[in-house]
Amino acid sequence: MPRKHHPKVVTANDLLEGDVVYRTAAGSWSSDLRAAVLIEDPEQASTELALAQSEPAMVVGIYLADMERGPDGTPQPVHFREAFRATGPSNYAHGKQAGLR
Amino acid sequence: MYTYSEFDTAFLAERNRQFRAQVARRISGNLTEDEFKPLRLMNGLYLQLHAYMLRVAIPYGSLNSAQMDKLAELADRWDKGYGHFTTRQNIQYNWPKLNDIPDMLDALAKVGLHAIQTSGNTIRNVTADHFAGAAADELADPRPYAELLRQWSTDHPEFQFLPRKFKIAVSGSPNDRAVTKAHDIGLRMRRKEGELGFEVIVGGGLGRTPMIGKVIRDFLPLSDLLPYAEAIVHVYNRLGRRDNKYKARIKIMVHEHGIEDVRALVEEAFTRIKPEFAGADTLLAQIKTRFRAPDLRPRETQAFDTAYRRDPVFRAWADTNLAPHRKADHAIVTVSIKAHGQTPGDATSAQMRVLADLARKYGYDELRISHEQNVILPHVAKTDLPAVHAALLAAGLGTANVGLASDIIACPGMDYCALATARSIPVAQDIATRVEALRLEHAVGPLKIKISGCINACGHHHVGHIGILGLDRGGVETYQITLGGDATEAAAIGQRTGPGFSYEEIVPAIERLLKAYLDLRESEDELFIDAVQRVGHAPFKAALYPTEAHADAA
Ligand code: HEM
Ligand code: SF4
Repeated sequence: MPRKHHPKVVTANDLLEGDVVYRTAAGSWSSDLRAAVLIEDPEQASTELALAQSEPAMVVGIYLADMERGPDGTPQPVHFREAFRATGPSNYAHGKQAGLR
Repeated sequence: MYTYSEFDTAFLAERNRQFRAQVARRISGNLTEDEFKPLRLMNGLYLQLHAYMLRVAIPYGSLNSAQMDKLAELADRWDKGYGHFTTRQNIQYNWPKLNDIPDMLDALAKVGLHAIQTSGNTIRNVTADHFAGAAADELADPRPYAELLRQWSTDHPEFQFLPRKFKIAVSGSPNDRAVTKAHDIGLRMRRKEGELGFEVIVGGGLGRTPMIGKVIRDFLPLSDLLPYAEAIVHVYNRLGRRDNKYKARIKIMVHEHGIEDVRALVEEAFTRIKPEFAGADTLLAQIKTRFRAPDLRPRETQAFDTAYRRDPVFRAWADTNLAPHRKADHAIVTVSIKAHGQTPGDATSAQMRVLADLARKYGYDELRISHEQNVILPHVAKTDLPAVHAALLAAGLGTANVGLASDIIACPGMDYCALATARSIPVAQDIATRVEALRLEHAVGPLKIKISGCINACGHHHVGHIGILGLDRGGVETYQITLGGDATEAAAIGQRTGPGFSYEEIVPAIERLLKAYLDLRESEDELFIDAVQRVGHAPFKAALYPTEAHADAA
C-alpha cells in the first residue's frame, strides 16, 4: 500500500535545552509547533532539511516529521510520537504543555 | 559502607574536567554532534524525546544519606524536583540542560557519585542484590566482588569498545534477587564442600532476543573472579559480532557458538591469564575492609509486636514491605516508590531527604536502590519500625504494596524515551489505580507485572509474571501481553498470549487476567505464577479474548 503523502515540518532538539524545536518560515527555530512552517512539496521539504543540516548546529538530530494541516492552518501531528513531542510527557504537566496552559 | 579512595576522587575530578571541556567545545561548535555523542554517552548523558537525560550510577545500588541528600539537591537545583530510579540501579534526571551537566557531575563527585559507564559499549554499572549485606539468606555480601569488578572494568583499555554494552549482576544468596540469569555475566554465590564460590552464568539478556543465561562454570573459587571475568570478556571481544548491532550481545555469541565451545575458549584464556592476576586477592582484602557491616546493636522488639497487633495499617505494611534480616531483631525495609497512580520509581527531592533522614536516624546510614525501582533501608531495628512507618506515611512513602500487582516495573517509555514505540508509565499508573479501586491486589497476592515501551525491554517485561510490551502498530499504541516469565533463580521468558490490546483496552485486559486467576486458583496459597504453570495459558486466553473463545466454540 503506497503511503499517503503528508506535509512536513523540519524538527530537531535544541542543543542547549534539549527541547523539541521546529523550523519557522524565517529559518529560525521555535519551540512552538504552531510557529513551524508546513511544507507541502516533498522536494522543497528535502531542500529545507538539507539547508537546516548545513547550518552551524545549535540543534541536534534534524529530521522531517509528518503533519496534517489543522482547521486553523497550523501543523497537526500525524503520529502519536510527534504529538507527545509537541506537548510533553503524560505523567506530569512538564515540558511544552506547562507553557501552553 | 564503601568509601572511595583518593585515587577514585582524583580520577573523578579529572574525568569531570575533561567532560566540562568537551561540553564547552560542543557548545562553541568545535565538536559536531557525531563527535560529541560518544563522549556524552560515556558520561551518562542522553538526549531523549523532550530534553537531555543524565543517568547517574548507583554502584551495586548502595547509597549513604549524604549521597541521597545530594541526589535531592540535584533534583532541586538542576531538574524539576524529582528523580527516576531505574531497573539498573541508576537514577535518571529527565530535564537537565547541557550547560549545567558539568556542574551536576562536580556536585555528584563531592559524594563519590558519577555517571561513568552508565552508557556506551563498555562494562556497565555492576548491579547487585539490593538486600546485600543484610539478607537472612545471604552467604556473603556480594558488593565487594561487585566493587572489584567495577575497579577492574572502569577505564579498562581493552574493554572501552566492546561489540556492545556488557552488564554484570552479582548475588550473594541462593535466592536470586539480582536477575543474574538475564545479564551478560551473572554471578550467584554458592557453597561447595564448605567453600564459597560463584556459579557463573553467561549470555543472558532481554531486548529483542531474550535469552536465559547458561551456566559456564558451576563453581568458581572467589579468588578466581577477575581472571575468569576477563577471560569471558576477552573471548567476547574477539568473537562477538560487530557486523550487526542486534547480534552483538554475548547472548548471541553463546547461542551461535554453543556454550561448550565458549566454555572451552574461556577456560583456555583463563588458564593463560590467571598468573597476571596475582594481586587481586590483596585488592579484594582491601576492598572488604571498606565494606564494613554496621555494628548492629541488639534491641528488644516489643514496640514492633505491639504495633503489629494493634495497628492494621502498620500490619499490612509490615506484611508486604519487610524482609528477614540476618539479625532477628532487625528487618529490611523496602520503601515503595509505587504509590498507586504515581510514576513507578519517581521520588521527589523532599521524599529523598526523608529517606536520607531515616537512614541517618534509624538505618546505620545505609540505603539501597532495587532493580524493582524501590528504595531499601537495609538495617532497621524492629523496635524502630513504627516510627519509620509513620514518617514514611507522612511523606507519601508508606504504600503497602511491595511484591503486589501495583509494584510494577515500568521503563520511561514514550513519555521520555526517544527509542520508545509506546508509552509505559501511564499504563502502570492506570493498572495500579484500578487494582486499588477494586481492592484486588491483596487478594491476588504476590505478582510481578513489568512493562516496556519497546522491544529493548528495559522494563524487564520478558521476566514478568505478566509482561506488557508497548508497540506501534500502524501508528497506534498496541500492547502485547506475555505470561509466565520469572526473574528469580527459576528464570523463564514469558510467552505471548496472542493479539495485542489498544491503550484503552490494556488495563481492562489485565483486570480480566487477575480475576481469572482468582477464579481458578486451587487455594490462596497458589501464587499467580504457579497457577499459570499448572493450568497453562488456555484459561487466561479465554479471559483475555472472550469473543474469540466464543467464536471458536460456535
Ligand atoms: C531512556 C533512555 C534509554 C535508552 C535510550 C535505553 C536503551 C536501551 C537499549 C537500546 C537496549 C537494548 C540493548 C540490547 O539489546 O543490545 C536497552 C536494554 C535495557 N535497558 Fe535501557 N534504555 C533506556 C532507559 C532505561 C531505563 C530507564 C532502564 C531501567 C529502568 C533501562 C534498563 C535496561 C535494561 C534492564 C535492558 C535490558 C536488558 C539487556 O540489556 O539485555 N534502560 N536499553
Ligand atoms: S524499553 Fe524501549 S522505551 Fe523503554 S526505556 Fe528502553 S528503549 Fe526506551
